[in-house]
Amino acid sequence: MKKTENAAWRFFASVKLALVTLLVLASTSIIGTIIPQNKPPEFYIEAFGPRLAMFLQIIDVPNMYNSWWFISLLLLFSNNLIICTIDRLPNVWQMVVMNNLDTDPERLEKMPHRQVFQSRGDTAALAEVAAGLLTKNGWQSQTENKPAGALLFSQKNAWSRLGVYAVHLSILLIFAGAIIGSLFGFKANVMIPEGSATDSVYETGTGKILPLGFIVQCNDFQVSYYTDGGTPKEFRSDLTIKDDAARKTFNRRIIVNDPLDYKGITFYQSSYQPLQGFSISITNKTSNATQVFSIPVGKKIGWDGTPIEFGIANQRVRSRMGDVDLLQIWFSDGEGEPSLFVMNNDSTTSITRPSATYELKASQIYATGLQVAKDPGVWVVYAGCTLMLIGLYVAFFLSHRRIWVNIVREEETDRCRILLCGVSNKNKIAFEKEFTALVECFTNESTLQNA
Amino acid sequence: MNSSQLLGITTLAYLLSAMLYIAIFVFQARKLGLAATLVTIGAFLVNTAGIGLRWQESYQAGIGYAPLSNMYESLVFFAWAIAIFYLGLEWKYKNRILGAFSMPFAFLSIAYASLSSQFTKEIKPLIPALQSNWLIAHVITCFVGYAAFAVASGLGIMYLLKDKKTGKEPGSILSSLPELKEIDDIIHKTLVFGFLWLSAGIITGAVWANSAWGTYWSWDPKETWSLITWFVYAATLHARFTRGWAGRRIAWLAIIGFVSVIFTYYGVNFLLAGLHSYGGSGG
Ligand code: HEM
Repeated sequence: MKKTENAAWRFFASVKLALVTLLVLASTSIIGTIIPQNKPPEFYIEAFGPRLAMFLQIIDVPNMYNSWWFISLLLLFSNNLIICTIDRLPNVWQMVVMNNLDTDPERLEKMPHRQVFQSRGDTAALAEVAAGLLTKNGWQSQTENKPAGALLFSQKNAWSRLGVYAVHLSILLIFAGAIIGSLFGFKANVMIPEGSATDSVYETGTGKILPLGFIVQCNDFQVSYYTDGGTPKEFRSDLTIKDDAARKTFNRRIIVNDPLDYKGITFYQSSYQPLQGFSISITNKTSNATQVFSIPVGKKIGWDGTPIEFGIANQRVRSRMGDVDLLQIWFSDGEGEPSLFVMNNDSTTSITRPSATYELKASQIYATGLQVAKDPGVWVVYAGCTLMLIGLYVAFFLSHRRIWVNIVREEETDRCRILLCGVSNKNKIAFEKEFTALVECFTNESTLQNA
Repeated sequence: MNSSQLLGITTLAYLLSAMLYIAIFVFQARKLGLAATLVTIGAFLVNTAGIGLRWQESYQAGIGYAPLSNMYESLVFFAWAIAIFYLGLEWKYKNRILGAFSMPFAFLSIAYASLSSQFTKEIKPLIPALQSNWLIAHVITCFVGYAAFAVASGLGIMYLLKDKKTGKEPGSILSSLPELKEIDDIIHKTLVFGFLWLSAGIITGAVWANSAWGTYWSWDPKETWSLITWFVYAATLHARFTRGWAGRRIAWLAIIGFVSVIFTYYGVNFLLAGLHSYGGSGG
């Protein structure tokens, strides 16, 4: 059976199916925007009652965009697109490559735009004149001698007929990219406290541990605020990647919207968490000895080998997240009364003691929250997006325009009849203007007369 | 002069522009034509200056961002895009009646921005996720598309008005409207233009999401609704191109499509509990 007669083939090749599928996709997609997605089962029971919640779970509504039926719709859609293309592309391709110098003269007489001229000149000379006029108007032509005269043909943007297929292909590319991403990629996250490192991350949703194959270390995390005090301006992490296998170590600073990419794995700054601890650095200004300590609130520790003891007596928390802005420090070096003072987080202060001066720097320890993604399909998706935009432009704004000049010597009158005709597959009004300009040019040529 | 004053003037100027075009249509007052065009151009220039000044003010406030980042600013930009799109249309088709069905959208958009108490007009600092050039590209492309869709729906209404009465009252004001076939053609061209920009808008949005969070598509309600809108217009184009739909059906689809645009833009923020960090009641 020929493919064009097969009922199943016709069904999948039809645009009617495409329209129905598009509208079904559009209307079912609404469900997931009204019913919140990917919440724990208790959420749905609370919101909809146990029976309705059960029903929703059965038809996968809580995760509908990954459900079997939604994916099936997308598959049906792609199938439709592929078969429709296989069905039509050969004919369109034919239009692109066909030899228009073979066009049946009868069809030329029926072109939507045409004008007839007459001349006494001989066909070869007329063909040259016509070719010259076409070239002058930007139409490069080819000529073929015919038994009774000559046929000239010129065209623009024949390939633009493929624009639609570029758009259709682009949709398949985007799907392919999404599939590659879901098969070979992952989405994960990890919290790394300042000064710590990790060689694995946790898959989002499942919490599964995924080894990275190298080590990510967080050296420093900073959050800065606008002058209004409340709105965060920038989250920033200084990371070090240590890849022993590749003998590679490097530092990179990341902020939101500017991630780090290594070996196809991308680290995005996504959140942070203030920890219940501080990094305190003490310098003895007299002896220039320095030491850095890590210390929780409410604990007293000592600097080994010196009489120095200190602790964070109290803190003021400025945000729900637990950011601390003020610290109360207790400090003693064994001589005289201990010092008790208040300082800002992330600042340096001087302590003057009877026998020495100290400099103390305190900063709260944060953990940086990283989103970690591996998506080898993303470039396929981007290629699809680019192709889609180019294809849409071509499909909408470029047209395949064709012009013929058919010169025929008529035996009875011994004159040449010259038919100038043309057709455009789109944007007919613009083409009409172009054609009128050509007609005018032909009319002004002294060897030709309007017929 | 500050940007809110300029944008206040813009609001009044768009109102005047819309009224002039409506007067041209309803009272056949052709003589007002030039005035209407000049007012619209003037309003558009003041609108442009208002956006520019707001941009500068944000730098003075030590924040410094393109004023396309919250509901208020996007409505102002929406009005701007409708005005320039309409002016292009008027220039191309040399027909001012189209203005009666286009400029009211520009006025409504900026009036809603100025008068509603739902969202802040203050220049607020941008949270880190919104600090991205992709966001600027995203907002511009989306709103140019939305502007075209707004005008297309206006022309859809025009088509339906004219179609209902055609031939019955030869002297009626509706006879001054363009021929049905011509309206139909302009609707189609406008939809095609909008579709290209909407596609670009969805794509730039996806690229932005990917650079901020590592997922170009997460089916959040805003994204999903933009896709629904895109499906509706894709179906419209196919119905026309391959099944020969035209006239009333396309006019209706232009209107339905724009309802979907409004829902994407407004409904998701205010009717659905949006997860989208952009917009929101505070903007
Ligand atoms: C959302 C997905 C789709 C998009 C964005 C899309 C895009 C386009 C565009 C832009 C055109 C050109 C329309 C014009 O010039 O006015 C077109 C034409 C067409 N589309 Fe699609 N399309 C999609 C899905 C489909 C599907 C699933 C089918 C399957 C039957 C299909 C079949 C066609 C056909 C047959 C044409 C006419 C092509 C020709 O010139 O022969 N489209 N499409």
